[in-house]
Amino acid sequence: MTASSQLPTWPDGLTQVPYWVFQREDIYAMEQERLFRGPHWNYLCLEAEVASTGQYRTSWLGDTPVIISRGRDGELYAFENRCAHRGALIALDDRGTATEFTCVYHAWTYSVEGELTGVAFKDGINGEGGMPESFRMCEHWPRKLRLAVMHGLVFGSFDNEVEDIDDYLGEEISGRIERVLGGRTPVVIGRFTQMLPNNWKLYVENTKDSYHASILHLFFTTFELNKLNMRGGIIVSPGGGHHVSYSAIDRSAEPDAERDASYARQKIRSESGFQLADPSLLDGFSEVGDDTTLQILSTFPAFVLQQIQNSVAVRQILPRGVGRTELNWTLLGFAEDTPEQRRVRLKQANLVGSAGYISMEDGCVGGFVQRGVAGAADQAALLRMGGESAESSESRVTEASVRGFWKAYLAAMGMRSEVSV
Amino acid sequence: MSGWDRETAWLVGQAQAEYARCIDADELERWPDFFAEKCFYTVTTADNLREGLAAGLIWADTKGMLLDRVSALREANIYERHSYRHLLGRPLPCPAEHTDPPDEPRTETPFLVVRIMRDGTSSVFASGRYLDRWALSGSAPKLAERVVVCDSKRIDTLLALPL
Repeated sequence: MTASSQLPTWPDGLTQVPYWVFQREDIYAMEQERLFRGPHWNYLCLEAEVASTGQYRTSWLGDTPVIISRGRDGELYAFENRCAHRGALIALDDRGTATEFTCVYHAWTYSVEGELTGVAFKDGINGEGGMPESFRMCEHWPRKLRLAVMHGLVFGSFDNEVEDIDDYLGEEISGRIERVLGGRTPVVIGRFTQMLPNNWKLYVENTKDSYHASILHLFFTTFELNKLNMRGGIIVSPGGGHHVSYSAIDRSAEPDAERDASYARQKIRSESGFQLADPSLLDGFSEVGDDTTLQILSTFPAFVLQQIQNSVAVRQILPRGVGRTELNWTLLGFAEDTPEQRRVRLKQANLVGSAGYISMEDGCVGGFVQRGVAGAADQAALLRMGGESAESSESRVTEASVRGFWKAYLAAMGMRSEVSV
Repeated sequence: MSGWDRETAWLVGQAQAEYARCIDADELERWPDFFAEKCFYTVTTADNLREGLAAGLIWADTKGMLLDRVSALREANIYERHSYRHLLGRPLPCPAEHTDPPDEPRTETPFLVVRIMRDGTSSVFASGRYLDRWALSGSAPKLAERVVVCDSKRIDTLLALPL
């Protein structure tokens, strides 16, 4: 598919997003080719999930099923989960430990490193049948992925032209990944899948949209749980595709140590009449020893690393059709956690996921847009909050990181080579 | 199975039926009353249970947290109006765990929940089982522990109302 010329015109600048981009099958196919099979790093799994020899996970690079495994040499391998013979899935389970993989269809076998090692009846039976002399198993290995591991996150790409992961993410973004995951041993404490009734990009926009947070998510506001003195901001990578939104306790605004301590003790003011019966939900600890209580980080095209107080999770966003998205949540603790800290994580998991006090709305709001824009392919969304650019900002009342996504998207899709803003 | 007789079986069955009707009839304010003062409630998946992963979609280790769930749904959270219809199987008595208090029998009860959206769309939202422990000291059995194990790892759109 080369024909971005067959697509309607994209409005100038970054402040309008035409609704057809959430509705078209040809766009979906182009995204699969250019974003998910193209020169970009997509999140596959955690290194902790493939720690020992032969341990594997199945995952997806967009639509494409893949296997990530720990080889006998201790290295990580990833290859298409598709038999070289007739295309059947090689591994059917989500995860496990294997000495080799055998396709159930005709028992072709693969090493855990993804090499074709056996073809049933290759030499025929009693001199009859079998593969021709010219057949070489080494010419029929499943396609391998390039892999990059960053602080325990495994990213993959089919494209050999993909940048080095450090350059791809840049120092600011990888520094923020390191802040949450660096030097620690993540432990999976739960996995959940949420099916969203909307195009995947609507969820990506949502995660990058710092403007909606205090408006759509009323949990903190209703129970007056917002800390009094917070500072924060957003970071948008130079290419626009990656972002961080964060907030932190602003100690400079609290010169009085006494008052500081009393706020810390109370945590809650209640003037609205609503208060939590059990405020222990928010009795957390400093996640990594600093003052940052919230950090939402996304990488292009479709990955989120979240720290919301002490709820740490990764979210893999998988398109499942034009109007359907699979969101895979992996909730994390760390091997270093004390039992009390682990308990805090289990409590604060109530904030996130399909039933999350501050994220359940994100499960439905994309669907409201998908349904709302039906019949409006010729109309466009408006992204003018906080200006027209896609740059870092100390204000979170901005759509800069959403504009950043579209800037990176247009470039990666080849729909606009230079985006001037 | 200590504390399990025909009378208890009937009372537990009755409590289950009332629990389901409470949620389906949108009487969530009464939902925490089905739990003992000291209680535990979580919604998880069969995969997580099998792998021993402790986090839940909902995870509450106090009755206060259940009350907060209801106030959040009523006052804070935003979602499209919908309702559930719970269909429950018969509670099956299960062996006690060695840490269980005496006279707090365990049961396993299968459920099917149909979700009815505002626009009339009905779909099977969840199937699974309740793994329960019952406190029997009062006039009606109360849940000392309810682990809601969803058969599927997938939740469609969101889980607002409790299961």
